Amino acid sequence: MTTQTILDVKGLSTTFARGNSALKAVRDVSFSVREGEVLGLVGESGSGKSVTLRSLLGLSRRYGKVSGEVRWMGQDILSLPERKLRPIRGGEIAMIFQEPMTSLNPLLTVGVQLTETLKAHTDLGRAARRDRAIEMLDHVGIPDPASRLDAYPHQFSGGMRQRVMIAIALAAEPKLLLADEPTTALDVTIQAQILDLILSLADEMNMGVILVTHDLGVVAQTCENVAVMYAGRIVEQGPVRQVLRAPRHPYTEGLMRSVPQDVPPRTQLYSVPGTPPGLDALPTGCAFAPRCQNVKDICRTERPPLAAISTARLAACFNPVCNSMEASR
Amino acid sequence: MALLQYILNRLILMVPTFFLVMVIIFLLVRLLPGDPAIALDGDRASDADLAAIRERLGLNEPLLMQFWLFLTNTLKGDLGTSILMRAPVIDVIMNRLPTTVFLTVYAICLSLVIAGPLAFVAALNRGRWPDNIIRSAFQVGLSMPVFYIGLILLTFLAAQLRWFPVGGYGETFSAQLYHLFLPAIAVALYTSAIIMRNLRSAVIEVLDAEYVQFARAKGLPVRLILGRHVLRNALISTITLVGLSIGNMMSGTLVTETVFAVPGVGRLMLEAIFARDYPLIQGLTLTFAVLVSLVFLLTDLCQSALDPRIRLT
Amino acid sequence: MTDTAVSAPEGRETRLRIALRKPGFLLGIAIIGFSTILAVFPEAFAPYDPNFIDYNAVKQPPSSAHPFGTDMLGRDSLSRVISAYTVNMQMAFLATVFAMLIGVVVGALVGYYRGIADIIFGRLVDAIITFPFLVLVIAVVAVLGPGLTNMYIAITLVGWVYYARLMRAEVIAQMGNDYAAAGIVMGYSDRRIIFRHLLPNAITPVVVYWMTDMALAILLGSSLGYLGLGAQPPQAEWGVLIAEGRNFITTAWWLSLMPGIAIVLTGLGFSLIGDGLADLLRPRG
Repeated sequence: MTTQTILDVKGLSTTFARGNSALKAVRDVSFSVREGEVLGLVGESGSGKSVTLRSLLGLSRRYGKVSGEVRWMGQDILSLPERKLRPIRGGEIAMIFQEPMTSLNPLLTVGVQLTETLKAHTDLGRAARRDRAIEMLDHVGIPDPASRLDAYPHQFSGGMRQRVMIAIALAAEPKLLLADEPTTALDVTIQAQILDLILSLADEMNMGVILVTHDLGVVAQTCENVAVMYAGRIVEQGPVRQVLRAPRHPYTEGLMRSVPQDVPPRTQLYSVPGTPPGLDALPTGCAFAPRCQNVKDICRTERPPLAAISTARLAACFNPVCNSMEASR
Repeated sequence: MALLQYILNRLILMVPTFFLVMVIIFLLVRLLPGDPAIALDGDRASDADLAAIRERLGLNEPLLMQFWLFLTNTLKGDLGTSILMRAPVIDVIMNRLPTTVFLTVYAICLSLVIAGPLAFVAALNRGRWPDNIIRSAFQVGLSMPVFYIGLILLTFLAAQLRWFPVGGYGETFSAQLYHLFLPAIAVALYTSAIIMRNLRSAVIEVLDAEYVQFARAKGLPVRLILGRHVLRNALISTITLVGLSIGNMMSGTLVTETVFAVPGVGRLMLEAIFARDYPLIQGLTLTFAVLVSLVFLLTDLCQSALDPRIRLT
Repeated sequence: MTDTAVSAPEGRETRLRIALRKPGFLLGIAIIGFSTILAVFPEAFAPYDPNFIDYNAVKQPPSSAHPFGTDMLGRDSLSRVISAYTVNMQMAFLATVFAMLIGVVVGALVGYYRGIADIIFGRLVDAIITFPFLVLVIAVVAVLGPGLTNMYIAITLVGWVYYARLMRAEVIAQMGNDYAAAGIVMGYSDRRIIFRHLLPNAITPVVVYWMTDMALAILLGSSLGYLGLGAQPPQAEWGVLIAEGRNFITTAWWLSLMPGIAIVLTGLGFSLIGDGLADLLRPRG
């Protein structure tokens, strides 16, 4: 079942200037998304996941320098001017944010924020836009959608607000959804509902999804492929099952071990030792070397390239883990 | 209904504040050193004259009784008689008040016209040369006292170039706009520096807000993002700022009226002080407090009209 | 931009270096440093005796002999502006320091103990900010009588409220931190918690505000001098000097405009330092 590749990212880098130093938030990131594929992008906060997403849509270039290539349906959209990028943003590639509290304009009704997207991307008339907005709210599970159209964001609960944001994002029927930690700010019980909603809508609309998260559990449940980011780079990439079952990069392994699974009560939980490096003071070799348990001399002087380690799997490590997870289980 | 309830609550909150305002004004004159009676008539008056004055002002009553009289009389609109003008204080003030209100509103409009667009230009070009130039210029403006700005304008635009009159005020609306332009711009140049500075940070905050990022991600035209999403939110900050700066504006008005000889309540205050006209000083101090709290009330109402979160909570 | 907010921890040391690299902060320090020297040794810099009257050189425009011109009594304007540094710099300090001290203590106390005193304080703040600052100050000056000392008293009487309000808010914010709760749990005395633990942490914004307030004090002091309520002639004070020249703006504009340069410069100096300090002391993130 080979489907068409819709998004192809090659060598994406984003650098922010902070005073006299440069903050390399994203460095040489490459990946691709096929039609209807759900790709997970995993990493700690500060690893560059969110900036990667925002750079794809040209939202970062106001704040920093973005280079590389982002091919959307074969066209490089990174070099497009804002004016030409506008129909793609929200129309073909939509994005939802982490905080439903702050991502909706508090002064405008939900209806206005929904219909303005429709106005920008469709040629529906006023009444038709309103009907479509009600339909969308109904679709994402908002009860009594017709009357809720005139409500303000603060009149919704957190989970409902996230549903509203999804309705706005999907109103123009995009082909790709960029979801930036869409469930992090929500209650655990609501998280599963929202994820299910995103996945079922993606399935229904044959829409690709890039799901940014720090939660490996979420990735295991939802994604087909996963890319693990550390300090602005992808360090491991491949099909979810293989990567989670037998991680090859020590960082992925550390992340896996820090998810408590079948541990007896009152054992100490594992966490990756140390903290991520500052993005303005990255080590010369592998960025993970200072925290790595498999570290070798070469790791401190040279940066391991992201290379194929088996079919469909990539890892950036000189001394990859040999299925230790399986052995220890 | 929620709005009415809000206004009512807001008005009730003003009662204790105003009680304290009255206490402060009362104590200002009674408790500070110096005998108001002597102050009134100078050192020339005989003891008998002083006793008569004390009797007339009710200074022989116990302090609490005096305060009660002051409070009830004020509520009745009786602020006493001006010694300087030999007329009821309330009439004297009401006669002069319209000019000051006009001047202040004029100054607010001018400072918004100056500060608003420049704050936007600076915020949109943050860290680049337009931002740096605007910020530096206003930093200098912030260090110029109103009376000095006024004198510069007076020297060059009125005395040398004769573009504007050196003082007074007009009778018709357009004549007033012309006559009061220099006094108003003197205040506006100072207050616009305060407003520009804060508005710039407010606009930057809004530009970086997640909902503006989301609006950009939705693919909205820039015009719509700025006009609908940024401007409305920035407007609330602007109104708040004007409310907070109203004390500064009033202080500026007082000074500018003196520099340009505008016959408003600010200049009247100074006349009253040099004449030691205590009833008039009291009345004017109260007037300024009332004006400021009216503006506070007005800004709160505007905010609640613009911001649905305030309206319904 | 959630991900970019993460940065390497910055010590105060490096922040100081960053602040010192900012031209504004350095300029502010230079201006105030030089102003202080002028205030302490005005005679060393004034080209003439500021009170020397010369009826043969009345109202002379600026020249190489008299860079700021001469006044209606033939006194050298530049020398008078320089000799005024003493009183105007003193103003920046004396009009603010007592207000700050009172405000810090009152603010810390009501912020720590809350209760009925805090409620009364809240009402008092509401009432005081209902008066325009200048109106209340000149009303107090009116009762006390014009003059420098009375002006300091008046500004202090009104100004402490603003410091107290800031301090109170800051102490309450600090009380939310764990170390304050820890102090209470460990049974430290109130005085120790307030003065050893809360105060040093809460004082930062107050210090920043103090710098800005010094700039305001110079503007306010010279305004009162101009209005005839502050320093009294023949005392050389910038506001007084400007007021003296007011009647001659058509014939001798320099009399009013030159002393203002000193006001703008020192005001600018203090506010630049204030901005620099705010950058330096504000927690980043």
